Amino acid sequence: MKKVITKRNIMVALLVIAVYAALFFLVNMKVLNRHYRSLLAPVGINVILAVSLNLTVGFLGELNLGHGGFMSIGAYAGCLFTIYTDLPLAIQFPLALIIGGAVAAIFGILIGIPALRLQGDYLAIVTLAFGEIVRSVLTNMKVTGGAGGLKGIGKSTNYTIVYIVAIITILIISNLVKSRHGRGICSIRDNIIASESLGVNVIFHKLLAFVVAAFFAGMAGVLYGQNLGILKPDAFDFNKSIEILVMVVLGGMGNLTGSVIAAVVITLLPEILRGFSDYRMLAYAIVLITMMIWNANPRFAMVKNNVYSWLHRKRGNAR
Amino acid sequence: MILLELKNLSIAFGGLKAVSELNMKIKKGELYGLIGPNGAGKTTVFNLLTGVYRPTEGQILLEEENLVGKSTIEINKKGIARTFQNIRLFHHMTVLDNVKIGLGNQLKYSVLEGMLRLPRFFKVEKEMDEKAIELLTVFGLEKEKDILASNLPYGKQRKLEIARALATKPKLLLLDEPAAGMNPNETGELMKTIKFIRDEFQMTILLIEHDMKLVSGICERITVLNFGSELAHGETNTVLNNPQVIAAYLGE
Ligand SMILES: Nc1ncnc2c1ncn2[C@@H]1O[C@H](COP(=O)(O)OP(=O)(O)OP(=O)(O)O)[C@@H](O)[C@H]1O
Ligand SMILES: [Mg+2]
Repeated sequence: MKKVITKRNIMVALLVIAVYAALFFLVNMKVLNRHYRSLLAPVGINVILAVSLNLTVGFLGELNLGHGGFMSIGAYAGCLFTIYTDLPLAIQFPLALIIGGAVAAIFGILIGIPALRLQGDYLAIVTLAFGEIVRSVLTNMKVTGGAGGLKGIGKSTNYTIVYIVAIITILIISNLVKSRHGRGICSIRDNIIASESLGVNVIFHKLLAFVVAAFFAGMAGVLYGQNLGILKPDAFDFNKSIEILVMVVLGGMGNLTGSVIAAVVITLLPEILRGFSDYRMLAYAIVLITMMIWNANPRFAMVKNNVYSWLHRKRGNAR
Repeated sequence: MILLELKNLSIAFGGLKAVSELNMKIKKGELYGLIGPNGAGKTTVFNLLTGVYRPTEGQILLEEENLVGKSTIEINKKGIARTFQNIRLFHHMTVLDNVKIGLGNQLKYSVLEGMLRLPRFFKVEKEMDEKAIELLTVFGLEKEKDILASNLPYGKQRKLEIARALATKPKLLLLDEPAAGMNPNETGELMKTIKFIRDEFQMTILLIEHDMKLVSGICERITVLNFGSELAHGETNTVLNNPQVIAAYLGE
């Protein structure tokens, strides 16, 4: 078990505690006003969403435009569970999280199956349609409260719980991508023909990426509902999926730290820059286009390559 | 003992008979060459052997088991690994990780063990690292283990592809133009390495190559393809002096 107590892991643990201590101080010393305090949970929820989406978009390399759909399925499943059951909170809440994640994961398999046959633009269209279908079904169902929304959800989460779930999410996904299964997922992105020739089970790895991503998106959805106390289908529209995608693209495909930072920045930015929210979608479009040019241009690609290999070498030496 | 036998192997793309009625027998431990002019159908034979294409006719017998209809993944598990004419590395992964992909079907742990970093994860990863570094050392790549595959020079990328294929512990190794783009020095070194692999791992190797020095230097027997059909086969030097073979190459 020596490898668990490495210098790096201790540093990470200290950082996690320090960030939480800082948040605790800011909240309890009333440094943050109510408005900013109310942003803490959404920041954490977006971190979970961005990190999990990175698994399909960044590591597996499949454009997924329906992450908001997985989030909403988890949100409704988990929150309906809390409404219709009467259990002690300490049991009910974790169960709701797991149920939200599990139901979303089942839909992850359903969407993962076409992903086995479709690639690129076609899969993007399927996931986009999936998100929109989920939204319209939720709008038209009775049990979900329709367009008016699902009300009466107990507000049983706070920034501490969201923080813990976000840390767990980051930990599990970063462990996954650095395991043999994560390597399998990345190999499919880099060269699927070579993967198959080396016996990598492509079907299993693709489904794994979709299922794990959907699971955490579902949990994020439950946290979202439990934080707000109300769920409306429109909160999970195409714009939400795009917002998460922008976080992943801006933070860097296959870069989990980047996703975390981008999620924090993109959640806070509209709140800090008043009036920015009107132009949010426009800004997202510009970000996506800029990043696409940055990624496609060979001159930029070379710069990027050098930066990556430099980072890798540093990490390699540190090991 | 025969390791691989091709019987009447044929495939047509539309009207084009890319490979027609090919027969071949490769013995265990043999270094066998497949040569022929551009477009003769050599790479197509590899694609048939690895299940990328399904033959329109014929059989592929590996230790007497017919592989026709099996998927690429299954065929790798049965014991055929390959390299590609146009290198197909995992470019955004490190050199070490490229090889570790090849080890994935021998050294395993579950998804949960990986996600939660249970003790087995560390144990198996350590074994993987050792095995992978051992293979990289054969090709003199151990110092570059932590750099991205795309940052390797061309000749080393070809070597890494061979190391990665070997990691799957194949019975038969297919090399598609391993010396392409190498200078004479590198080619000479590669010849030694290929021989070393055969001797050290008791490997059976089928290779496609245009470099006749390499072919005559290391292949014990060869088959010559021309327009998808066999032109000649037999011991390397005999075949290379066959007037028909010389004509096919000159008439190219
Ligand atoms: N998927 C395909 N669809 C149609 N035609 C194909 C396909 N794959 C190969 N061919 C054709 O089959 C013929 C043989 O191609 P192949 O790549 O096997 O040649 P080769 O002997 O490897 O040549 P080279 O030495 O140039 O690599 C060529 O005419 C090629 O155009
Ligand atoms: Mg070829």
